[in-house]
Amino acid sequence: MSGSDRNGSPASLGCPVPTRKGEVIVLGHGSGGRLTSELVNRVFLPALSNPLLDCLNDSAEVQVGTSRVVFTTDSFVVNPLRFPGGDIGSLAVNGTVNDLAVAGGRPIGLSAAFILEEGLPIAELEAIVQSMRRAADRAGVAVIAADTKVVEHGKADGLFITTSGIGVVAGGIELGAERIQVGDAVLVSGPIGDHGIAVMSAREGLEFQTTTVSDSAPLNGLVSRMLESGGAIRCMRDPTRGGVATVINELAKSSGVEIVIEETAVPVRNGVRAACEILGLDPLYVACEGRLVAIVDSAGAEQVLAAMRHHPLGGSSCRIGAVIRSGGPRVLLRTAFGTTRPLDVLAGAQLPRIC
Amino acid sequence: MKFLDEFRDAAAVRTLLERIRATITRPWIIMEVCGGQTHTIVHYGLDELLPREVTLVHGPGCPVCVTPIEMIDFAIELSTRQGLTLCSFGDMLRVPGSTCDLFDARAAGADVRVVYSPLDALDLARREPMREVVFFAVGFETTAPTTAMAVHQAARLKVPNFSVIVAHVRVPPAIEAILSADDNRVQGFLAAGHVCTVMGIDEYWPLVERFKVPIVVTGFEPVDLLQGVEMCVAQLEQGRAEVENQYARSVRNAGNVTARDLLAEVFIFVDRRWRGLDTLPKSALSLSDRYAAYDAIRRFGLTQARANEPMECRAGEVLRGLLKPTQCPAFGSSCTPDHPLGAPMVSSEGACAAYFRAGRLATAAAEETEAK
Repeated sequence: MSGSDRNGSPASLGCPVPTRKGEVIVLGHGSGGRLTSELVNRVFLPALSNPLLDCLNDSAEVQVGTSRVVFTTDSFVVNPLRFPGGDIGSLAVNGTVNDLAVAGGRPIGLSAAFILEEGLPIAELEAIVQSMRRAADRAGVAVIAADTKVVEHGKADGLFITTSGIGVVAGGIELGAERIQVGDAVLVSGPIGDHGIAVMSAREGLEFQTTTVSDSAPLNGLVSRMLESGGAIRCMRDPTRGGVATVINELAKSSGVEIVIEETAVPVRNGVRAACEILGLDPLYVACEGRLVAIVDSAGAEQVLAAMRHHPLGGSSCRIGAVIRSGGPRVLLRTAFGTTRPLDVLAGAQLPRIC
Repeated sequence: MKFLDEFRDAAAVRTLLERIRATITRPWIIMEVCGGQTHTIVHYGLDELLPREVTLVHGPGCPVCVTPIEMIDFAIELSTRQGLTLCSFGDMLRVPGSTCDLFDARAAGADVRVVYSPLDALDLARREPMREVVFFAVGFETTAPTTAMAVHQAARLKVPNFSVIVAHVRVPPAIEAILSADDNRVQGFLAAGHVCTVMGIDEYWPLVERFKVPIVVTGFEPVDLLQGVEMCVAQLEQGRAEVENQYARSVRNAGNVTARDLLAEVFIFVDRRWRGLDTLPKSALSLSDRYAAYDAIRRFGLTQARANEPMECRAGEVLRGLLKPTQCPAFGSSCTPDHPLGAPMVSSEGACAAYFRAGRLATAAAEETEAK
């Protein structure tokens, strides 16, 4: 806070933070928004930089012999451990399967690392691991390596899980934000924000009644159908943390284009809309765990959409926007009234409003 | 969604815009009092759709924005005490105090929690009787009844470990201060519908009569706001100055009598400094003698100390409608939602944050003028 004048402010009112703002990790660093991006650029990329990591894709693709292998990793710290429509176990499987799937990879194996807090009931752990097994079976993939660590009571929130996954990309599949072109269509595979609202409805201090269940699901089957549809798919992302708005911004940034999203075309269930109204959230920033955003050549968009709608996880897929020009990056939202406003990434975590 | 879709209807919006265009003959400056209204206006771009004669300026009705910095310092200081949990609404946690905000305090180990209702903070106090639980109560007359209820319940249930920092403020003294200023340029007001849902509309008549300005009690959806503008413009064009109620689906003339009775029992009116507006007489709420035991400032012996705002922040002028956020030199450069200098850049109700999120860059001020 440059320029502040501290006249009359006694030392007793001093803040316990000895360092200037921005020098410690705050929750906003985990929001997937601008603070996360700042942290990646300031800490991780300078230390770990290499051409694969620098792409900042959901998965990294490496050539192994004649095979194209995709590799990804993700940590799961969801609170509460169980929520309507899923739990931390199924989420940890689906999340990593989806990061492989949207990179065009067929998942061939997962690893799972567990950080367990002293005092966690073993029955709870069993139920979560069984849930992982069911999710893995559904996705047609196996957990082929695992690790367990235990920390003292109070050092973790019950249970944290980190999963990594490898997948193989078939020949002929070429996906990447750099392939996005002016005129392309932006598709989404179903209603957005279900997961985030389902989790919030179960969170301590916020319990509200809702019929919304998490959309957590493995997307590899849906992606296979899309890739077989014949339409030219440029790029896909799963809009988890930070929601649809954040991934579309990432795509615009990676490809340097301007994208317009039609607010009225974005599918949002009534329960999610209502919860967002009450909580003061924008559904475009609320997490999904079983949806994908795809940018496709508009010429084949209907073919891709038809294939998506034939799959149980893509029944209400629709077109929500278009790539309108190069010379971005910028994302605009066109409202029902014809006005537009930029759809930016969030500064920090979405905050509940007061009134 | 019922009660929302009909008030976001594009055809209704077009009709209202046509009617305003047909009525207006000269420029008028209208202030929407509430930050929630500012948010809707900028979110939907309503100001861009209105005829050029209508200038909307944004009022002081963002409770986070007007909470004085010393109150935030109190909350931060309390949050660092052993065995104490500080609860508040999410928006409040990112507002900078003299040296840091409550999120920073939390990152440094303070027990700071976001709640949606002061009653949740009271529940926490009952669940954890060994901890002192302090609720940092901010907001206008809209949120004050829930704080009053929490304090009332705490007294009834004899919960000794619950207390509140009361930073609640009232709308009418703020309108009076704006209209009394020599440099005032506001000619009509859209008053905050939810405040009037609690308080009714009667306390606005003395303002209308004294200052000869129309006040239209207005809701928060696009159709509400345009109807409010239409009613306000009609009064201005006809030379009338009355209190009118656009938000009749929620606001009764007498307000919510139960809530008002509870407010009268729990709180008294006191003078308080507002961020940006200085000390306004009888502009704030404080616990009445009967409930003084629940006042955290007294309980923990906090001493009032005036802290100064960052010099660069011109929130005061923004909150009085003298400056558009985009006209502030710090807007978008040294002041952003990531690193706010003042509260209006933090809250979703804050005018600066609303402008920033809507992509109104500093240069947009020039474009706006050009477009009109």
